[in-house]
Amino acid sequence: MSKTLAEKIWADHVARSAEGEPDLIYIDLHLIHEVTSAQAFDGLRLAGRTVRRPDLTIATEDHNTPTLNIDKPIADPVSKLQVDTLRKNAAEFGVRIHSLGDAEQGIVHVVGPQLGLTQPGMTIVCGDSHTSTHGAFGALAFGIGTSEVEHVLATQTLPLVRPKTMAINVEGVLPEGVTAKDVILAIIAKIGTGGGQGYVIEYRGSAIRALSMEGRMTICNMSIEAGARAGLIAPDEKTFEYVKSKPHAPQGSDWDAAVTYWKTLQTDADAKFDVEINLKAEELAPFVTWGTNPGQGLPLNSNVPNPADIADVEERGAAERALTYMGLEAGVPLKSIQVDTIFLGSCTNGRIEDLRAAADIVKGKKKADSVRMLVVPGSARVRLQAEQEGLDKVFIDFGAEWRNAGCSMCLGMNPDQLAVGERSASTSNRNFEGRQGKGGRTHLVSPLVAAATAIRGTLSSPADL
Amino acid sequence: MEKFISHTGTAVPLRRSNVDTDQIIPAVYLKRVTKSGFEDGLFAAWRNDPEFVLNQPEYKSATILVAGADFGTGSSREHAVWALQNYGFKAVISSRFADIFRGNSLKGGLLTVILPQEDVEKIWAAIEADSTLAITVDLEAKNVRLGSEVFAFELDDYTRWRLMEGLDDIGLTLKNIDSVSAYEEARFSFKPKTLPIRS
Repeated sequence: MSKTLAEKIWADHVARSAEGEPDLIYIDLHLIHEVTSAQAFDGLRLAGRTVRRPDLTIATEDHNTPTLNIDKPIADPVSKLQVDTLRKNAAEFGVRIHSLGDAEQGIVHVVGPQLGLTQPGMTIVCGDSHTSTHGAFGALAFGIGTSEVEHVLATQTLPLVRPKTMAINVEGVLPEGVTAKDVILAIIAKIGTGGGQGYVIEYRGSAIRALSMEGRMTICNMSIEAGARAGLIAPDEKTFEYVKSKPHAPQGSDWDAAVTYWKTLQTDADAKFDVEINLKAEELAPFVTWGTNPGQGLPLNSNVPNPADIADVEERGAAERALTYMGLEAGVPLKSIQVDTIFLGSCTNGRIEDLRAAADIVKGKKKADSVRMLVVPGSARVRLQAEQEGLDKVFIDFGAEWRNAGCSMCLGMNPDQLAVGERSASTSNRNFEGRQGKGGRTHLVSPLVAAATAIRGTLSSPADL
Repeated sequence: MEKFISHTGTAVPLRRSNVDTDQIIPAVYLKRVTKSGFEDGLFAAWRNDPEFVLNQPEYKSATILVAGADFGTGSSREHAVWALQNYGFKAVISSRFADIFRGNSLKGGLLTVILPQEDVEKIWAAIEADSTLAITVDLEAKNVRLGSEVFAFELDDYTRWRLMEGLDDIGLTLKNIDSVSAYEEARFSFKPKTLPIRS
């Protein structure tokens, strides 16, 4: 029977299937970080269980780590205890860990691909909803809760009900200045934050195929913001090329066997998706969110919407609440909105291409006096690469702060937070109330829009410079 | 895990949709390494507002949360489930839950009940009219009862059985661990390993 890509990967990972029970799915790679693992390791200890496959498990420190003074002990004792707990658990259970200060430390979803541990056709899980990032390689990758983290540690499997499939086709050529981030923000605005609930999304079409691997990661990363279980893109030569140079890529005859298998990882021509959605690349534009969920976004050239124009009562109420929280007036041009902080980073847009794209815009310029800008590389490896290319100097000369790697202001768990009422243009993935700090106001943007906004002080695209 | 068969208590109306897990518990409250004590972070930002429904004395002892659509979107943090449970909630009713939150809740024994929005509206109206109204969430009968009203809900038989027996998923999987070993025997040898470390 013909299958979609997601169905093929699923079928290849069923360790056990029984009538009336969920399938038992084998997990090829388990990524771990400090925030969602402590209680899982505790559970193992209480039950006298071990980690079944330490050789398919890897830990790093990212959510709760500082981006300044990383050579000193973590100042917040509660954060320090959480990070120390991960280090102790990794040592006790024999799990590989990349700690703060290590060249491979960084956001877990940046680390997996750069080590070559993320490969096509795998099942990948992590106690973090942005695990969907790894879908860019044609892997089935999704976020799990701490109970499931414990389950994977103990058994290397998860009992799961097979999700439905959705195709999102983006055909055509993206206009100049329109990036992967704009594409995914436009998709979420179209289908809503619940539009993907219960589905695995496969992103297809010429505009998707034309994206770099890093652009594809940005798209898949935000699948969860549309409510989807996972998002993936069929692997191609670009994928193989990207994996080939990485430390954990298959070697010798294993490489040939792997590529032969990876080439089968395509949706069959006559396979049926449960739902298909089409977008035309030519119609897309730089996108920005105006509200408090990632579905509340519009092209940057638009005005703040008027809730009175929204027919759906529930949505209208949500828009009214969002505008109040965001301190915005209906009808005001989005481009007139002044921001206080620019955040360039996160698992969505903290990779080397993102830093290069932003550096290109700000090179030789000075930031607006009214803004501060944080540049937080997605991993220590990305930071080193950027420094080799002189990007750190470009950002520092521009007036930005060059920080160490981690999740940082994306979720404001470490000291990198917005103050009450402070407004950001952020390349991260969530504009929820208080996400970047209590009372903080977030506009999600691409690295290009972030850079242009840092120059002008108001939401801007490079075309406005 | 504690068995869930049926629960009777009072309910609190949360008339908001798209309540994401950053609202249920903000990131700064996620630093504990235990599963308890998270009630201090539950709806932390909103609880500063005296008007917020959870701050109303008549709803203080509620054990059932009746929320708007798309409850639990966003982050996978299971702390959201723990915070609701630590606070005292036994069940959450909504017309739609985000996938990861729903999975987490059913693993941890917090029953998430999906009812059509019109039923949610009826329950909201009833508990706003009388905050002391007893509501029964009956997993055995798969229905929610208040006064003379009965609202049926669906839950797959496997999950329902697991919750009613209070069974630990890991224990169930370990009973079938031979099939996992057999699967491992047949895995492609080119699949990556994290150990030994390569650079």
